[in-house]
Amino acid sequence: MAMSRDEVYEEVKEVLIDALGLDDDEVTPKSTLMGDLGAESIDFLDIVFRLEKAFDIKVPREELFPAEAVLNNPEFVSGGILTEKGLAELRDKMPHTDLTEFEKDPNVNNIADLFTVDAIVNFVEGKVA
Amino acid sequence: MRWIWIDKFLEFKSGESAVALKNISLAEEHLHDHFPGFPTMPECLMIEAMAQTAGILVGEARNFEEKVVLAKIKKAAFYHFVRPGDTITLHAKIDSIAPEAASTTGEIMRGDERIAQISLMFSHIDNNLSGKQFPEENFVFTDMFNSLLTGFVEDKTASEPSE
Repeated sequence: MAMSRDEVYEEVKEVLIDALGLDDDEVTPKSTLMGDLGAESIDFLDIVFRLEKAFDIKVPREELFPAEAVLNNPEFVSGGILTEKGLAELRDKMPHTDLTEFEKDPNVNNIADLFTVDAIVNFVEGKVA
Repeated sequence: MRWIWIDKFLEFKSGESAVALKNISLAEEHLHDHFPGFPTMPECLMIEAMAQTAGILVGEARNFEEKVVLAKIKKAAFYHFVRPGDTITLHAKIDSIAPEAASTTGEIMRGDERIAQISLMFSHIDNNLSGKQFPEENFVFTDMFNSLLTGFVEDKTASEPSE
């Protein structure tokens, strides 16, 4: 049975509240996981495990959070800035993420801002569809 | 694991669940200060006991090849004091396990009475810290804890059996 986007969002929100110890009103679709919600690296795995249980899906970590592999490849990053190739790779690997803002200043330090609540909802929607 | 904070396993289902037991004794020196006149087991040491129970369970699930390190306390709720002379049992279950990490849930019981609920995340650090290098030998699982598992699982840390 297909879930509506709202249903997916509500469930994702619950997962984040539990995983990150948040209050209800802290989570919005635009919240960034690290900047706004204070997620650290181990939390990403916690979130992945919880999403798998909540939606009964398989979430390969490199699919939901593929940036690490991109950042570690010198072909994709030069002087702390993503190369054209790197951006193309991100677009390919992160279809669930809106890269418009990031492309204006593709500094690796901004990459954390790509992990938003919306991006997770998009990802899960793709999986449960 | 450089020190052991559980006394023995009662049950060990590889990759699934484990039950360990710990006796609390007034001979444990920290109880003299925690608190003078009212000795109770510190909650942080209940978490340690669960981390050892669940950590060994997670380590054994991958043949002790991973360096399993406590990475996150997802939940720790305590309902009763634990006093000298008590025997507690630690019930741990693997919820999820992946190449990089594992997540466990658990309860601490005194008989039928629930003392605490403790859910943890463990990191397999070789696979999980952006390629950071660690010493090759598994400093988490030393020989010391092997005796705990005797009779429950084959000795998987021993070297290859000779033909």
